[in-house]
Amino acid sequence: MTPRFLPAGDRGLLVEFENAVSIEINNQVRALAIGLEAARIPGLIEVIPTYRSLGIEYDPLTITFDGLERQVRDVARHLDPGILPAPTLVQIPTVYGGVYGPDLPYVAHHAGLSEAEVIRLHSQTVYHVYMIGFSAGFAYLGGLPERLHTPRLPSPRIKVPKGSVAIGGSQTGAYPAETPGGWRIIGRTFVNLFDPLEEIPTPMQPGDQVQFVPISEEEFLRAVSRAIGGPAQIEKETTWQDPPRAGREPRAEG
Amino acid sequence: MIGVNREDARPSAHGSHLSSEVLRPGLLTTVQDRGRSGYQKFGVPVSGAVDAIALRVANVLVGNPQGAAALEMTALGPELRFAADAVVALTGAEVEASLDGGPVLSYQSFLVRAGQVLDVRSCTRGLRAYLAVAGGIDVPVLLGSRSTCLVARFGGFLGRALLAGDVLRVGSPPGPLQDLAGRQVPEEWRPRHGVPVTARVVLGPQEDAFTEAGRRTFLESEYRVTPYADRMGYRLDGPGIAHRNSADIISDWIPLGGVQVPGDGKPIILLADRQTTGGYPKIATVVGPDIGRVAQLRPGDALSFRAVSVAQAQRIAHELEAGLALLPARLVLGDSWTYAAELGEVPGGVVLPSLGRPQESPRTLADPEGHAAVRSPMPALVAKVLIRTGEGATAGQPLFVLQAMKMEFEVAAPQAGRVADVRVREGDEVGVGEIMATLDTSDLVGRWDHRSLR
Repeated sequence: MTPRFLPAGDRGLLVEFENAVSIEINNQVRALAIGLEAARIPGLIEVIPTYRSLGIEYDPLTITFDGLERQVRDVARHLDPGILPAPTLVQIPTVYGGVYGPDLPYVAHHAGLSEAEVIRLHSQTVYHVYMIGFSAGFAYLGGLPERLHTPRLPSPRIKVPKGSVAIGGSQTGAYPAETPGGWRIIGRTFVNLFDPLEEIPTPMQPGDQVQFVPISEEEFLRAVSRAIGGPAQIEKETTWQDPPRAGREPRAEG
Repeated sequence: MIGVNREDARPSAHGSHLSSEVLRPGLLTTVQDRGRSGYQKFGVPVSGAVDAIALRVANVLVGNPQGAAALEMTALGPELRFAADAVVALTGAEVEASLDGGPVLSYQSFLVRAGQVLDVRSCTRGLRAYLAVAGGIDVPVLLGSRSTCLVARFGGFLGRALLAGDVLRVGSPPGPLQDLAGRQVPEEWRPRHGVPVTARVVLGPQEDAFTEAGRRTFLESEYRVTPYADRMGYRLDGPGIAHRNSADIISDWIPLGGVQVPGDGKPIILLADRQTTGGYPKIATVVGPDIGRVAQLRPGDALSFRAVSVAQAQRIAHELEAGLALLPARLVLGDSWTYAAELGEVPGGVVLPSLGRPQESPRTLADPEGHAAVRSPMPALVAKVLIRTGEGATAGQPLFVLQAMKMEFEVAAPQAGRVADVRVREGDEVGVGEIMATLDTSDLVGRWDHRSLR
């Protein structure tokens, strides 16, 4: 189908594909995003790919809405079908349950499964990253098995610890920062999901495949202590105050 | 002041970085530039000055590139002591500001001598004022910008609003300070605050999610700014806008100025710190040149919308940019003597007899009977009353905790004294300048400077 070109103020253009969530539509959005970034259209500032539409911010002093629409249509017409890179598999080591996943018992009860079965089901699924949004580094993942769909909390928690892995309705994801949140928390990762010191600040990108890999509490704490350069300590409370950075451990002194 | 890091106060290795020290942070003072472009696809909010035009004009006044980092102040500004000579300019909201007690004016650049204290008090009209310093505020560039991203807690000064004791570095000024001081913008560049705002919008991208009647409601009604108004967005109150079907869409991009309408039909205008994506339909998008006027509105202010075409919106943007491009050449060079007279004194410290004493700041204002008023700096809710009649208070001691725009801040005793009268209770609403308590300052008990004790 031909996408719709919608104005978003004096400096925004929204290219809207079909009104549905599907990997096929999402692939069209991402292909156009990659094509436009490569085309280097003068006046195009940035592209924001989402589930089924592509936001484009542009400089109205350089290019008009109509002029940009023509150029985008032109890029779309000549898109190389092989423009999408092969998906990268991103593994997110996750400690499930306990203080790290206080809602795992609820999710298990709701699904009529044991906690171990929930962990197996959640971690064996390969998820598709539809988009990054909502907050810096938050990946919208598709593919949560229907059995694990769980209603959100009746009222959101004021603080969800950074790195929390959670289920909200038919979605699952990981919180890049400590924020309020209404999803059911089932585990936690030590991977830093947003690092503003990196030019590409998020480990997950749209189109990537994501898998949560169960790890033990000991492995989690070892990784955390490596990252912060201190001894491992069992966490007493559910809020992790000093979150670690994955893969960028400071060298131990001496 | 607390925790001044002496290391930070030293000039850094790369260039002559002068500094200023935060004595009082103000309500919400952040370092902002024109925002973080190019990272929305990673979910990173754009941030930047909410009134970008005011930021750019402030930078023009002090000779900076228009996108240099400056301070954005909200409702109640900071008190800063400069460690070295500097040229600064205030723009945006109308503020009561003083330099070592003498009033200073907005929309013109002025010289600050090493050791002088610049005190930006309440915004009397408008909500956000900007303070640019020649050379710009020097904080690290993260993801292409010096802006503070409050929601993700990075950028700007340690990813947060300023606190007392912080030391800010300033970059090298773009020229000799005497050449940069005393410059004014032509009259038409001074905004009029406190008047009803009609924001121009381009309908869409999802105007078809609303009924025809809903679209008419949006364009023909007057809305009021609710207390839920911050750097992320302004929630409005007024006639509900009818959706055609569901109030949910598949989450997509939220442009600057996007007007999203959740299920209750009340519009929300998304501003600098907005999340990059969201799941409510957007009936319209406020045009870039009008964003700053929206962001200067206070809770309770009126706002209406007028639809323009994309082509009209882009013409408006062109005119604004052409004006800003010419602005550096159109600055009026103020007569330095006139300027000094406005300060109440000339640089040598001679008081000009024709002008009398500089206006006293409310912080030290006591009436002849030795009573000092403790006033609310802005419309707010009294969250806590920390003192009782008859108690002694030291200068700077917090007396009230007020709540406004989802934030709490303290109002301190302007000077030492005994509390003669407490006029408000917890839960009361107070207006700008409303007297909340009076202090009997003839009572010498406890007449210490609170600050000198720390």
